[in-house]
Amino acid sequence: MIRRNAHIQVCDLNVHYRSLHVLKDLSVDIPANQVTAIIGPSGCGKTTFLKSINRLIDLDDEARVSGQITVDGLSVLGAGVNVTEIRRRIGLLSQRPFPLPMSIYENVAFGPRIHGLSNGCSFDQVVEHYLRVAGLWEEVKERLDAPAAKLSIGQQQRLCLARGLAVEPEVLLCDEPTSSLDPLSAQHLESALKDIKHDHTVVLVTHILRQAGRLADYVIFLYMGELVEHGPAEEVFNHPQKPHTRAYVAGEFS
Amino acid sequence: MAESWIERGLLPRQRTRPGHQSREARGQRRRLVDLAGHKVTRGMAVGAAVLVLLISAGLLVRAWPILRSQPLKELLLGRTWHPMQAAFGFWPFIVGTLWVTAMAMAIAVPLCTLSAIYLAEYAAPGVGRVVKPLMDLLAGIPSVVYGLWGVLVVVPLIREHVGPWMDRHLGHIAFFSTSANPTGYGVLAGGTVLAVMVFPIIVSVMEEVFRSVPDGLREAALALGVTRWIMVRKVLLRRAFPGVIAAVVLGFSRALGETMAVLMVVGNVPQVPRSLFDAAYPLTALIANNYGEMMSVPLYDAALMAAGLLLLLVVLGFNLLAQLVLKRMGKVA
Amino acid sequence: MKRDVLWRIEETVMRVLMIGATALALGCLALILGAVVWKGLPAMSLAMVTQCPQGGYYTGAGGGILNAILGSLYLAVGATLVALVLGLPIALYLELYAGRSRLIEFVRLALDVLWGIPSIVYGAFGFGLMLLIGLRASLLGGIIALSLVELPIMCRAIEEVLKMVPFELTESAYALGTTRWAVAWKVVVRQALPGITSAILLAFGRGIGDAASVLFTAGYTDHLPTSPLRPVASLPLAVFFQLATPFPSVQQRAYASALVLTAIVLIISVLARLASTRLSRFVVK
Repeated sequence: MIRRNAHIQVCDLNVHYRSLHVLKDLSVDIPANQVTAIIGPSGCGKTTFLKSINRLIDLDDEARVSGQITVDGLSVLGAGVNVTEIRRRIGLLSQRPFPLPMSIYENVAFGPRIHGLSNGCSFDQVVEHYLRVAGLWEEVKERLDAPAAKLSIGQQQRLCLARGLAVEPEVLLCDEPTSSLDPLSAQHLESALKDIKHDHTVVLVTHILRQAGRLADYVIFLYMGELVEHGPAEEVFNHPQKPHTRAYVAGEFS
Repeated sequence: MAESWIERGLLPRQRTRPGHQSREARGQRRRLVDLAGHKVTRGMAVGAAVLVLLISAGLLVRAWPILRSQPLKELLLGRTWHPMQAAFGFWPFIVGTLWVTAMAMAIAVPLCTLSAIYLAEYAAPGVGRVVKPLMDLLAGIPSVVYGLWGVLVVVPLIREHVGPWMDRHLGHIAFFSTSANPTGYGVLAGGTVLAVMVFPIIVSVMEEVFRSVPDGLREAALALGVTRWIMVRKVLLRRAFPGVIAAVVLGFSRALGETMAVLMVVGNVPQVPRSLFDAAYPLTALIANNYGEMMSVPLYDAALMAAGLLLLLVVLGFNLLAQLVLKRMGKVA
Repeated sequence: MKRDVLWRIEETVMRVLMIGATALALGCLALILGAVVWKGLPAMSLAMVTQCPQGGYYTGAGGGILNAILGSLYLAVGATLVALVLGLPIALYLELYAGRSRLIEFVRLALDVLWGIPSIVYGAFGFGLMLLIGLRASLLGGIIALSLVELPIMCRAIEEVLKMVPFELTESAYALGTTRWAVAWKVVVRQALPGITSAILLAFGRGIGDAASVLFTAGYTDHLPTSPLRPVASLPLAVFFQLATPFPSVQQRAYASALVLTAIVLIISVLARLASTRLSRFVVK
């Protein structure tokens, strides 16, 4: 049983993509109930890292993963693991919102319908609750049966957040969730993420340093698939130890 | 310094000789050729499109004598087919076509859907490389060979095994009874052969449709902690539904138009079938079997042309629908 | 966790069904080819492919199906040529010249619809056309009907191939200041040559196996093809007619004929596949 205050331990994670060594000997601990930002220039393996944690990387025939990832002591990688349960407990908010081809209501209810409802709430209550958490309720409460595809991109992304939270994960992985959004929607999403960290461990991949600055409690800096530096946000941003970190944080490359 | 390079004989004279074209003239000629090419090929393309109308018109003209002689309703719903007595009721043939095609779809659609899902979502890349050429092979087999296989394998199978088994267990229901026709030649045989014939095209269209669904949607669903099959059933199929229907419709119209294979195994008795095992007489078989006599009996040729026209219009309608849906989904069949 | 177990069972069951469905189809392929070979091989003889039907062939006397073999070849070669001469320019037009107007969309739709028209309808139309111009059942008539069948197949197959020519290649050709016509023939066709050859073979293979369109229009004869205005035999019809006789020895020959037809189609299929890989001398990767 994975407890609510998940704490992720990564040990010697290596990911190969055909002949490319994408993640090299990654070992880091991600603290519970905090927003951990993974920063670094594009293409250095941040998305691959996220997908390894919730085993979505399995979908890719050409990726080979080795190493250990444990969430609260229970192993994520490896053959005998119940992958669907892992994925329920570790949610993912991707870069581009992909609403399911159903109504707004059904999108949020999708997870609870399949996994069942805990604590005896009704579907209506669950849908309303998570839409509120995502900050979308007021905008859609009149048209819950409308197709989700009709929403704006910003609304779709918040819908995806509500949908992902509705399965009650312990961890929420976010892969550059605001990159497709306009500034106002991005703001909405950021404040929602800040709100949920009290009950979830949030891992946020972002290439917007300012965003990391706004949201992160803990920072991991990845460069070319290697862990360069990690620590509390305050330290990494204001007193970076390694030269690469210093240069990146100062905006010398991105 | 009055001497130019030319006058000093160091460069060939550039004067226009007969047969010699300057660069300008060559370019001009190329442009003309291009324009001509454009116009000609455009004419050909439009001509091909017009061909559809031409064929419909042509058949209509040849079918006109019979269409004029009797009200359409009588032709379509009439149950007697006696060319010698000028009775041309198409109903048994229309129903025969529908029965055989529906049988083919009933067998093919579930199998094709399963197969297409497997090939698009589950199979390792190597599997596709082996299966695709084999499917192409299946699609390329001539229809007489399918008919031959039907006669050699399918009909005896039905006559000796499927028929008796059905009779024993479900024979009291008319639909499953072989009492009227224990020969094995009938709707079931025709439907089975047709099902195998349309399998490749339905699978290939469905597979393309599934592949056109973006990966991000699959990932989004799987990230919620569901099994692959649940993702397929609740998300993929829903999203791809119009395309799946289009694939079925294309297969249906292909089966509808098939001639040789089906005529060899379906029994060719002009009656409204009552059971799976009854013989039937599809429109295509009607035309194929009787083209020899059609010029000797008045109105017979017009009747057969009318059958052809009917087939054309139905296939046209279905195909148009399916192609429009597929184009809307961003996929070309 | 009972739900989990149920899900896993469901997943496994569905997987089995899916693989089973695919295997069933491939099994039918094996059955078909197996039946043709098993029945056809014993009846094969040199006489089958070198002689025409002698007198009394259809009641058991000697002879072969050379008339049908040659007839089919003539029909298919003729029809494929016509389909190529008409289809290649049309495909080039659609890929290189045509914009996105309503007319062009209509043309594409019409071609897609033509692809789906049953070959018996083409046969009936061809027959009507023949009556109009006073042509009797003949090689020429058969070619007309068969080219109608092959044209959409050829057009579609060539279009698919042309689409795969990388846009940068045609772009660089245009950048040298050439016309579309020159680019079409000197660059695109050359690049797409393996694929076009493959398309030709594909259309040929379909054409040689088609019975419904040549049924009315090509007639049938026991003699070798001599003139385009005389009826000509075809392999699919040879199979059909021989199978329809009540004499077992003639039916055996039907199986052998089917074997010949299937073998030809298989060889064409293999050649088509080889063509796309082997003819790549000028092709830019």
